[in-house]
Amino acid sequence: MKLITAIVRPEQVVAVKEALFKAGVQGLTLMRVSGHGGQAAVHEQYRGSSYLVEFHDKVQLTIAVSDPFVGPTIDAIVRAARTGEVGDGKIFVQPLDQVVRIRTGERDVDALTPVGVPEGLPV
Amino acid sequence: MKRRNPTDVGRTPGVGPSREAVGRALRRGLPLFLVVALAGIAGAQGADATTKITVAVDTIWVLVTGALVFFMQAGFALVEAGFQSAKNVVNILMKNASDFMIASIAFWAFGFAFMFGNGIGLLGLHGWFLQGPDTSPLTGSAYHGIFASLSWTGVPLFAKFFFQLVFAGTAATIVSGAIGGRVKFPAYLIFSVVMTTFVYAIIGHWAWGGGWLSQLGFIDFAGSTVVHGVGGFAALAAAIVLGPRIGRFRDGKVTAMPGHNMTFAALGVFILWLGWFGFNPGSTMGIVGDPGLVARIFLTTNIAAAAAGVASMVVSWMRFGKPDFSMTMNGLLAGLVAITAPCAFVSPIGAVIIGLVAGVLVVLAIPMFDALGVDDPVGAVSVHGVCGIWGTMSVGLFGLPALGAAGLFAGGGIHSLLIQTMGTFAMCGAAFGSVYVLWLALKATMGIRVGAHEEIGGLDVAEHGAEAYVPADALREPVLVGAGD
Repeated sequence: MKLITAIVRPEQVVAVKEALFKAGVQGLTLMRVSGHGGQAAVHEQYRGSSYLVEFHDKVQLTIAVSDPFVGPTIDAIVRAARTGEVGDGKIFVQPLDQVVRIRTGERDVDALTPVGVPEGLPV
Repeated sequence: MKRRNPTDVGRTPGVGPSREAVGRALRRGLPLFLVVALAGIAGAQGADATTKITVAVDTIWVLVTGALVFFMQAGFALVEAGFQSAKNVVNILMKNASDFMIASIAFWAFGFAFMFGNGIGLLGLHGWFLQGPDTSPLTGSAYHGIFASLSWTGVPLFAKFFFQLVFAGTAATIVSGAIGGRVKFPAYLIFSVVMTTFVYAIIGHWAWGGGWLSQLGFIDFAGSTVVHGVGGFAALAAAIVLGPRIGRFRDGKVTAMPGHNMTFAALGVFILWLGWFGFNPGSTMGIVGDPGLVARIFLTTNIAAAAAGVASMVVSWMRFGKPDFSMTMNGLLAGLVAITAPCAFVSPIGAVIIGLVAGVLVVLAIPMFDALGVDDPVGAVSVHGVCGIWGTMSVGLFGLPALGAAGLFAGGGIHSLLIQTMGTFAMCGAAFGSVYVLWLALKATMGIRVGAHEEIGGLDVAEHGAEAYVPADALREPVLVGAGD
């Protein structure tokens, strides 16, 4: 089991979500974050004063997957989040010790296996 | 004549109302200081003084209702900001502010002359910079000057100008929302100049400035077509040339791009509703001559808005499963737009029907423009364009002969309906055509659309280097003065 953390452009989130759903990955959490990498700072101004905004709005996806899903998940994110320009983001993959589904008490891979395809999911 | 009202809101030339009439008007709630002051003048100088009182009271009415119409700029700003993404709010507010700044100067310099100056059937040719002979507030045969089309109202020229200016500002600002989220700011500025100098003014002359439509008997009391139809179809032309926002229509499907703040949208609608109590009743441009007409217009204006809101709520509920908030807000505005032309000529029941139809029309029109691939983020084309046409036509259906309009359902025959229909389509068509060509020209020269990067990142940062909602904990590096770039 791995914990995949992906940081992507906000405007790519819809495409990433669709790619993940198509890859069979339905469980994900997303956070609005701001971060600094290689992307150039944005020049803003306020009543005549200029300043640089060095931290860019990004969205961070946190996804826990069983081992067979690690490759497809990474592929889906890279494919959907890439624009080819600096600032597309990063993916971090870490080992995951334990997973518990709170409703049933199931553990690990059982807890990661989807209950079923929720209604309205475009798969 | 402008918003010709054959029952004549304006007075018999040079003659004020009787002193009894003034007394009645005063008892109906003018401020005490005014009653005392006016009574003093009246007692001292007789008939001449009652004329002065008439002019004073009418002028107060025109200026105060003009200020209410000005406040509609705030309403438009909030509606448009609420219905846009958070990343485009600074831009939409900047557009709303600048179109009125531009209108204030352009309409003073040229627009008012094109619209109301004496001239030919197509446009006015006198009165640039408000210069030229004008004996306002004298009316009728006592009036001599170059703004004869407004000589039916007995207020000073500058009061007439201010009231008309805020209308011109409204017509321009209608467009800003429909092209939100992708237009280049400089292109919008040029558009605002042309709109308030030429498009609105010249087309408006046809109906209000003594032009060819008014000579045919076309009537539009407060501007369903002159202001809203023209603004709405200018918005349609601009939105078509500009194209939809990225992601609005994908694989033949319509993607909703919800606005970011429904509280702003609702507050904006309420402010517009309030402003309409200046827009319609103020278009009498006088109150002493016929206070009953002013009161009628308050009632018809309000009840049409309410009926349209009910209709759009119910129809959206039936069609989409739940009572749709933003559709209901658009429906309320649609009712106000529709009642703007007929407000002085119809009964309350007529106003209810006009509003109900407008509320249904807007629920049909918005998905129709979506299906046609026209991206109008705020629904301006459906609200102002479609319901502007409907409202103008409704004069020919529900207008009462006793109030000066010959509606079909009141036994007035079909003639008025035909004139109204021809007039509104002529004006809306002219607005659409001229603005379409203007945006094509802007596209070919300076460019009208920001790049994809700028659009996705938002116009606030791309066009203005600013954000509407600045995170309190944002990390910023100051740039020393002179060290930038």
